[in-house]
Amino acid sequence: MLTFLNHLINGISLGSVYAIIALGYTMVYGIAKMLNFAHGDIIMVGAYICFFAVSTFGLPPIVGVLLAMVVCTVLGMVIERLAYKPLRSAPSLAVLITAIGVSYFLQNAAQLLWTSNPKIFPSFLVVTQQNADGTQTVKSGIQFAGGQLSVSYATLITIAVCVVIMLVLTWFTEHTKMGQAIQACSEDKGAAQLMGINVNTTISLTFAIGSALAAIAGVLLCSAYPTLVPTTGSMPGIKAFTAAVFGGIGSIPGALLGGILLGVIEIFAKAYISTQLSDAIVFAVLIVVLLVRPTGLLGKQIREKV
Amino acid sequence: MRSLRTNKTLRTNVITYAVVVAAFVLFQCLGSAGVLSSTMKGQLVPICAYVLMALSLNLTVGILGELSLGHAGFMSVGAFAGAVTASAMQDSVPSSALRLTVAVLVGAVLAAIVGVLIGIPVLRLNGDYLAIVTLAFGEIIKSIVNNLYIGMDANGLHASFLNNTIVLGEGGRMILSGPMGVPGIKKTATFAAGFILILIALFVIFNLVNSRAGRAIMALRDNRIAAESVGINVTKYKLMAFVISAAIAGAGGALYGQAQNAIIATKFDFNTSILILVFVVLGGMGNMLGSILAAALLTVLPELLRSLNDYRMLIYAIVLILMMLFNSAPAMIQWREQMTEKLRKTFGEERKEG
Repeated sequence: MLTFLNHLINGISLGSVYAIIALGYTMVYGIAKMLNFAHGDIIMVGAYICFFAVSTFGLPPIVGVLLAMVVCTVLGMVIERLAYKPLRSAPSLAVLITAIGVSYFLQNAAQLLWTSNPKIFPSFLVVTQQNADGTQTVKSGIQFAGGQLSVSYATLITIAVCVVIMLVLTWFTEHTKMGQAIQACSEDKGAAQLMGINVNTTISLTFAIGSALAAIAGVLLCSAYPTLVPTTGSMPGIKAFTAAVFGGIGSIPGALLGGILLGVIEIFAKAYISTQLSDAIVFAVLIVVLLVRPTGLLGKQIREKV
Repeated sequence: MRSLRTNKTLRTNVITYAVVVAAFVLFQCLGSAGVLSSTMKGQLVPICAYVLMALSLNLTVGILGELSLGHAGFMSVGAFAGAVTASAMQDSVPSSALRLTVAVLVGAVLAAIVGVLIGIPVLRLNGDYLAIVTLAFGEIIKSIVNNLYIGMDANGLHASFLNNTIVLGEGGRMILSGPMGVPGIKKTATFAAGFILILIALFVIFNLVNSRAGRAIMALRDNRIAAESVGINVTKYKLMAFVISAAIAGAGGALYGQAQNAIIATKFDFNTSILILVFVVLGGMGNMLGSILAAALLTVLPELLRSLNDYRMLIYAIVLILMMLFNSAPAMIQWREQMTEKLRKTFGEERKEG
């Protein structure tokens, strides 16, 4: 029972990271109707920035995270401006290939700048305890049930951050002018423009939010899996994209649900069925879900009109 | 000749065949003249394999109009089926050409069977959801092949899944050993074989496109509802195109596998699927000649950029982005039209003056 609980918590934690990445995919898809394949690589850039800020320059972790968010936001907006905006009215497949080009570019630029030697991400989510006799013990988690169930701070913080992001993002899209502009543009760009919404700025803003979230996801991902290489972002990127489709692409609660389910399924498949086949099982579940509900769990069923 | 001038499809097809034949003759001559470097020579068969993959995916994306992100899965099925077949026949069949032929046939048939199994559920979906399911199938095929063990002894082939539980008899050997893939392949693929396969693939695709079935498939692509309402069987024709595409991809995979020293399952991953998609989109969807040229150029490009060492993949990425912008950005298209108009005017005036 305790091992089950442990796997469940780990699954939710991994799923939270997927959910945060999936949010970036889903928001960009909702508004620009494009699959931003470079999203996974922005995660990697965010993780590298935070790594260098903390390990090389000795900045406090929270500053590192903020710095990573700023860099990724700017990066996301620059990519959107240079590579995607000129193709706004081009066929969607052209934009998809351009996004793949951007993804190659980021991976190879990272390889040139930071080499392909793996960097070990520092575990800064620890608490140093001052003991009575003056010695220090470093704790990296909380123990429950007499030490049988241990939950790391990284896991707890990941889940907490995911919940906070979801709440803030839901509030933002529902109750602020900018958020409502994003919703309006997702529904109908032409009508939104007629209502005085600047569509280009809104799309830019969406990319900025998605990229900032990617930076946070990168740091959280590397706190759990500390090996950092230029291709770190690609597999989580694909999984998160799957999660976004799983939950119904374009839907924010769908991204959360899809991400967490995917994480839990992946950890359970690893623990109870087979480590080697965990990815195959995750994708098989996705296929079954899409066959039963062709637009994802929370996706809108749009009737085709003749 | 008259029909060539009037029939545009026929003309395009003839040009495509001519370019392929010319390229084959050119490279054969260059090869025998010793102009080609050894790396380039080694690239010839993989280029043929990638051309086949691009043609196959172009059938799915360009003619059928569905985006597939898992085409490397079919390539993988073809490559491993072909490699296992060729390896199993190694001692009994001395002719390498015969081994290659059987390997390619087995690869194509097995990939077609997988194509039917995947196609039936996948083709019920539309658009991006279909794309993601093909991606998922590609990853599943990769995982399965990565955990498959096949060995051979006097009693025939033995297979096991997940763990290597095969006990081989006297003189037996492992052919496919899970994550290690198929090592020590005796290469049987030749440039000429690749060339013949490309011609066969082109023949199949052009004949399909110009047939009643091909027109039904393209009608489905252009407007599914309209096509359905005039009585076109959606599942049948979609599946037909998808399975033919899978079979060509399987043949391409078998050819590719027979040109390598060793193949592993992780080679045929999402990135390979994307690479093939890039060929198709860059060459122009539905344009077979474009696919052939894009596949050949983009396979050679990293080799040509080899002198730039570390920067080559970076430059490859930039070239890819710029080509897409140049080809598809509405502003660029307008600019290009203006330029051609201008050129035509200047040349037209010059001609008048002359």
